[in-house]
Amino acid sequence: MEKLLDVKGLSTEFRTERGIVKAVNNVSYHVGKGEILGIVGESGSGKSVSQLSLMQLVPNPPGKVVAGTAAFDGVNLLKFGRKSREMCAIRGREVSMIFQEPMTSLNPAMNIGNQMSEVLMTHLGIEKADALERSADMLAQVGIADSKKRLADYPHQFSGGMRQRVMIAMAMLCTPKLIIADEATTALDATIQAQLLELLYSIVSEHGVALTMVTHNLGVVARYAQRVNVMYAGRIVETGMVKDIWASPLHPYTEGLISCVPKLDEKLEAIPGMPPTLINRPPTCPFLARCKYRQKSCFDDPAAELTFVDDVHATSCNVMLKEAGLL
Amino acid sequence: MSGNIENLAAPAATAAGKNNIVKVDNLKMHFPLRRGLLQRTIGYVKAVDDVSFHIRSGETFGVVGESGCGKTTLGRCLLRMYEPSSGTINFNGIDITNESYKNLRPIRKDMAIIFQDPYSSLDPRMSSGSCVGEPLIIHKMTKGRAEYKERVHELFNICGLNPDMTDRYPHEFSGGQRQRLSIARALAGDPLLIVCDEPISALDVSMQAQILNLLQDLQAKNSKMSYLFISHDLLAVQFISHRIAVMYLGRIVETAPSREIFSKTLHPYTQALLSAQPMPDPVAEETRQRIILEGDIPTPINPPPGCSFHTRCPKATSACSESIPPLRDVGGEHYVACHLV
Repeated sequence: MEKLLDVKGLSTEFRTERGIVKAVNNVSYHVGKGEILGIVGESGSGKSVSQLSLMQLVPNPPGKVVAGTAAFDGVNLLKFGRKSREMCAIRGREVSMIFQEPMTSLNPAMNIGNQMSEVLMTHLGIEKADALERSADMLAQVGIADSKKRLADYPHQFSGGMRQRVMIAMAMLCTPKLIIADEATTALDATIQAQLLELLYSIVSEHGVALTMVTHNLGVVARYAQRVNVMYAGRIVETGMVKDIWASPLHPYTEGLISCVPKLDEKLEAIPGMPPTLINRPPTCPFLARCKYRQKSCFDDPAAELTFVDDVHATSCNVMLKEAGLL
Repeated sequence: MSGNIENLAAPAATAAGKNNIVKVDNLKMHFPLRRGLLQRTIGYVKAVDDVSFHIRSGETFGVVGESGCGKTTLGRCLLRMYEPSSGTINFNGIDITNESYKNLRPIRKDMAIIFQDPYSSLDPRMSSGSCVGEPLIIHKMTKGRAEYKERVHELFNICGLNPDMTDRYPHEFSGGQRQRLSIARALAGDPLLIVCDEPISALDVSMQAQILNLLQDLQAKNSKMSYLFISHDLLAVQFISHRIAVMYLGRIVETAPSREIFSKTLHPYTQALLSAQPMPDPVAEETRQRIILEGDIPTPINPPPGCSFHTRCPKATSACSESIPPLRDVGGEHYVACHLV
């Protein structure tokens, strides 16, 4: 598959009073054209920050992208300034983001019509009247009834699920090549979440838009994603096809995550302990303290780089890689 | 009104005798909506509307539903944190519906609650030890400083916390540890019932599993302790509960033993809720058909007439908008409120 986005060695740090937090640590991955990639991890694993980093949306200070490249359609996004014209032309036009909380990502003082048409007027230079018409069409596509009238409504007049529909419509306005959905449905109820995921899925598949789904919900990844990156403590610890990873996870953390999901009649196998702090981490494997497969050598060896065991499946577990003869 | 209270109560009385720790009949909690200068009541939010159920001693009763379905209000009514509009709540053989606060105090030793948000449910200015030990003091359960300290240490140990941390303050703990503190506090009074109000929703996946295991282990150690486990996470509820009630707009639409609610789902809403839950299994997901409900959840201020689910129900007929379906016994402790079943 042709690579749409190719991220290499991305590292993002935050300066805090207690020291430097390595929120994203040497992350490399790619998204193919029209592909759906899942990114799973717990809070603080760097899944959101890695996405904000490549869009250059990390607040600076305290955050800073300290290393790496992110080639989008062959152009390195990280070489542009945060507020450069190039970056502004990409955000919302080539790459759109959908955030978790639609109430904070929509402007409460602007009606939906103005917010949506602004996108079209800025990026495509369309006249206001045309832009409003296209916005209404898009709202209808995401299942908002009476879309022409609702253009005059403000965000607070929509329910949570409807607001997230507006966000999806807005993200799709310029038919971008990539949509990054950052926990887009997490705040919603189960039945509404299902509605929106199906909608998002059908819209991106119809238009051949690539989608990066950032989530902590393994079920969402299992249903919609083709490939998945598992993140832990700022690093990708495993990546591969969703089915392969479920059938034979190659990192103890992934295995733990999958067995953490409650099943009827089975004793839950929890991962003991807590995620490590990201300040002044030793170079050893970050999962070491919680790992049930750890060996003596793990305490001495530095954490392995993400290494591919076949074409798509990669792990950063020292033990697994040694077994496979790759370390 | 559901005329089936007798039906509901009958199996419990025969199967478990007087073993019910909680018995709720026709509970209603309507919050008045006030507007304007004179604060006139212009309507009611029917948060809990005609709900009857029982919880047996040592049982975990799960309540699932989406936001606004009244599951939290139900849990709080049970502890008399709200004054119910009508109905009766029987706790451990005592009718506590209209009991005065003074008389409630000794009863409250036997009930506890764990809240969803471990950040706002612990007093930031109290040390973690005092947070956990406060019920001991209020209910005068320990004599002297030494016994108190010993008991607090014991509670810390039971919940997997290091007793050396009793002098630390809640902000020094992580989310999972704080939820352990809440559990330790709930256990302090040696309760018969713990209302767990979304205890794992604010936690990460790996922490959720730890807390679920802890709750289950605690019940295994104390077979008299019951849980009312409130959550929107069906997988967690099915894992921990013996029986499950599904709520929609203030009413119980289906209740059944937890295995049966998954294998023999009867109510269309339960079916939709189950199918909306993404299952973490890519192979099964490939072939699984989903029921996608149309529209939003109606407001409980003015719920639809008849069956409140008929506006979104894929199977609704004209009869559904006319009368409220009663909760009917379909055998095997399985009750469903649907005209079509």
